[in-house]
Amino acid sequence: MTQSSPLDRRKSFQSIILTLQQYWADQGCVILQPYDMEVGAGTFHPATTLRSLGPDDVWNAAYVQPSRRPSDGRFGENPNRLQHYYQFQVIMKPSPANSQDLYLGSLKAIGLDPMDHDIRFVEDDWESPTLGAAGLGWEVWCDGMEVSQFTYFQQVGGIDCDPVPVELTYGLERLVMFIQGVDNVYDLDWDGVPKDQGGKVYGDIFHGAEVDYSHHNFDRANTEMLLQHFMDAEKECASLLDADHPLPLPAYDQCMKASHIFNLLDARGVISVAERQGYIGRVRALAKGCCEAWVAQGQQTRDSNNARSGDASNG
Amino acid sequence: MAELFLEVFGEEIPARMQVSAEQRMAETLSKALKDMGLGGDAPRSWSGPRRIAVSITGLSTSQPDLNEERRGPRADAPEQAIQGFLKGAGITLDEAETRTTPKGDFLFAVINKKGQAAKDVIPSMISDILSQFAWPKSMRWGRGKQRWVRPLHRISVIFDGQALPGSLMLGGDDRIEFGASSFGHRMLSPQDIPLTTGAAYEAALEEHFVVADRQKRMDQITTQMDALAVAENRIIKDDQGLLAEVTGLVEYPHPVMGAIHQDFMALPQEILVVSMRSHQKYFAVLEQDGQLAPRFVTIANMTPDADRDAIIRTGNERVLSARLADARFFWDQDRKAPLAEQMPRLQGITFFEGLGSMSDKANRMAQLAGVIAEKIGTDQDKAKTAGLLAKADLVSETVGEFPELQGIIGGYLAAIDHEQDIANAITDHYRPEGPQDTVPQDLLTVAVALADKIDTLTGFFSIGELPTGSKDPFALRRAALGVLRLVAQNNLELNLHEFFAEAAKGYGFDKASDALMPFLQDRLKVWLRDQGIRHDVVSAVVRMQDPRHDDLTHVISLAKTLADVLASEDGQGLMAGYRRASNILNAEEKKDNCRYTNAVAADQLVGEAEKSLYQDVTSLSKQPLESTADVMAQIKRLGQLRASIDAFFETTTVNDDNPMVRVNRLNLLGQIRDLMEGLADFSAIEG
Repeated sequence: MTQSSPLDRRKSFQSIILTLQQYWADQGCVILQPYDMEVGAGTFHPATTLRSLGPDDVWNAAYVQPSRRPSDGRFGENPNRLQHYYQFQVIMKPSPANSQDLYLGSLKAIGLDPMDHDIRFVEDDWESPTLGAAGLGWEVWCDGMEVSQFTYFQQVGGIDCDPVPVELTYGLERLVMFIQGVDNVYDLDWDGVPKDQGGKVYGDIFHGAEVDYSHHNFDRANTEMLLQHFMDAEKECASLLDADHPLPLPAYDQCMKASHIFNLLDARGVISVAERQGYIGRVRALAKGCCEAWVAQGQQTRDSNNARSGDASNG
Repeated sequence: MAELFLEVFGEEIPARMQVSAEQRMAETLSKALKDMGLGGDAPRSWSGPRRIAVSITGLSTSQPDLNEERRGPRADAPEQAIQGFLKGAGITLDEAETRTTPKGDFLFAVINKKGQAAKDVIPSMISDILSQFAWPKSMRWGRGKQRWVRPLHRISVIFDGQALPGSLMLGGDDRIEFGASSFGHRMLSPQDIPLTTGAAYEAALEEHFVVADRQKRMDQITTQMDALAVAENRIIKDDQGLLAEVTGLVEYPHPVMGAIHQDFMALPQEILVVSMRSHQKYFAVLEQDGQLAPRFVTIANMTPDADRDAIIRTGNERVLSARLADARFFWDQDRKAPLAEQMPRLQGITFFEGLGSMSDKANRMAQLAGVIAEKIGTDQDKAKTAGLLAKADLVSETVGEFPELQGIIGGYLAAIDHEQDIANAITDHYRPEGPQDTVPQDLLTVAVALADKIDTLTGFFSIGELPTGSKDPFALRRAALGVLRLVAQNNLELNLHEFFAEAAKGYGFDKASDALMPFLQDRLKVWLRDQGIRHDVVSAVVRMQDPRHDDLTHVISLAKTLADVLASEDGQGLMAGYRRASNILNAEEKKDNCRYTNAVAADQLVGEAEKSLYQDVTSLSKQPLESTADVMAQIKRLGQLRASIDAFFETTTVNDDNPMVRVNRLNLLGQIRDLMEGLADFSAIEG
């Protein structure tokens, strides 16, 4: 441990996650667990991507999502960059009128009292070309540190969001480094347990993985196989959507798969600049297809529910 | 006279949009009030991250009554015509009067509209303005359909001291009811602020830690920041763009100075400055000798407080260190391999569809820079090397992170394996980047800078991607002005068309576009006028017919010399003589349907004056016009013709009865015209 005095346990990595979960649960959010697939960002979780579009008129959720950016691997040598990291994600639909206050409340809950710092909302519009999604918002600065992305979604999968959700994304490592005052991500106190009692820092848990995965992402991943997997995922997604009975959720799994495979291939350096746009377009087409099928299915469900409740009242 | 005060309050407006939104809001509101007949003084307005406000005084409290009489179509006109008239006048057929006139029975509308009270008509006018207000980028929120730049929360409308009821419909069941209260600083005073008038606005907000006036915020930032620097015997690096931006990020500005960790001071200063500026919006601090000091200033949005300032300072220092550690990682990566080894990767970057890759461009630039270097008398091999490597930094990690450092990073990297002058040529080859930017003077740099711009111009013109109107997506006007200034300010005597031809060859085109020289000449005209040269002199010298039109230095000298000559007494006399001669020629040539350009028969000259004029003209036409200096000397000598032209016209009648004498004299005048117009288009000079 780099800290000479024991850390205030409330500042440990896991406590910050627990506090954020509790805070957003208190605000009425559904607390979900991470989606069990490799994704590039918390936004990919169906709880955000698909639920931004429907079927629920109101949808409030929060969850941690491990995120993978294969080309950000640094063999465990860079104190700020990781190919696997955690995002804490909140999605609220429709966006509440007091979104900003709710967000600032969450900072206060994790020990960043806005009265003790310099908090700023700096223009930063967000766009995900692979998801066909875009929104307007800010990056939130705390003493010059970007602690969150704050985005009012306007479109997902090429479909206009109505009502409009607001998405809050906390980059957990960076945020907790700031709170704990450490300069190297691997020194983050994970559990608040002193080292001599078996306590763990971030590096104890993830450093080896960062090294191995960097080798994997840059040198070892079998590109021929990945190219085949990309095509398989693409084909499977299309076939799941094309049937008489489309299955948007399983199809969307294939879309996420394709997106992650593309990121890996990109890190392996086998995708030329000219080909990049083509791949992004292909993933976007999958995302769009899934979103459209999802919205259509939601509509059907609502219709049949309405029909059922009609029957009940008639009976 | 009454005042209208409007404030809209919401979530943080992007800094870059605030000023224009404030101006448009003020203008739109002012115009709407005038259109309603309420008058009004010039608006006063405010803007910041969370609010835009406008005050307009000198308003009437009611609209003037409207009394108007309109004649419509004949009473028996087709139904359609009658309906159109009624609709236009806003009346029904019963309300229309039928009057008998000498031309028949016509419909008349007599409109007597009582002016409404201002307070009754203003609310809906404001709703209309807000619902249609256009932002560069706008969004919806919640369940609403209304678009705004970010969610809008309050609208205060106060007229003549009274809050006006009204609302803005957001769509669905949502609406914002008009009120008369603003809100304080988000952290320091999160409470309602009752609003009354524009005059009281600033004081009311300041009590709640909001400095409403943009200029005042800006001045506070400058003054306080300067004080921090002066206390350390240092200077804030001037950055007006950044100042404007941070003024839009804070309601209560408070500069806090922090330190750059010593470990990072070995990085190139440009990397430090751009890391601080683009990501963190920090001001850089300089030592008295202009070197970067290990300091930065961030503009916090809080009141001064020693404890809090310490936290803010430490936090920002830590963030900067992380940023710089990243930058240093990229920089270390970039220095691992020689710049030349990066060249193959340029094949992966498209210069432009149809114009090859950046690697192709680098090879063309090397070739062209070599040719230019030979012409302007600098080392060809070095120019080729610099031209080839100039774009290699585009694949560097550092430029990938900070695109604005292109060229600069290339220069630093080139200096590792190459001579410093090659590195300098790479550093500055994008210059001049705008009309205010300095022009490189080192000839090696000039060769590479010209090669880059000439290659770009030739390429885009060849595939027809020309600037149109205000659209110039590839900055071709800037490239042309760059060529012009590089040539002019280094007094280079060059035939540019040779370089354009060479550049076209590099692309594999048969020849350069014919539109290139005229385009360059248009830029030259603008530039000469900016240099204070009279517009008619500009028209006289910039012309495609001039065999040396592509030698810009020649054309520029011509413009300056001609302007000098014309400003002299001799020059004015010369112009009088020229005009008289060309008037006569125009008239006679029209009559005779010919052009008097034949040789003068010396033995047919009668008078002393014409003989002497002939002698002067002949001796002038024998002068060499090889060099630019020759041409300038000739223009100056033209002034001396003045005396003999004057004497000629005083004593000689051109239209002599003897046709031989007359034609001979007309040919003599024709020679003067040819002599002068061969040098410049004197017909363009205004009297």
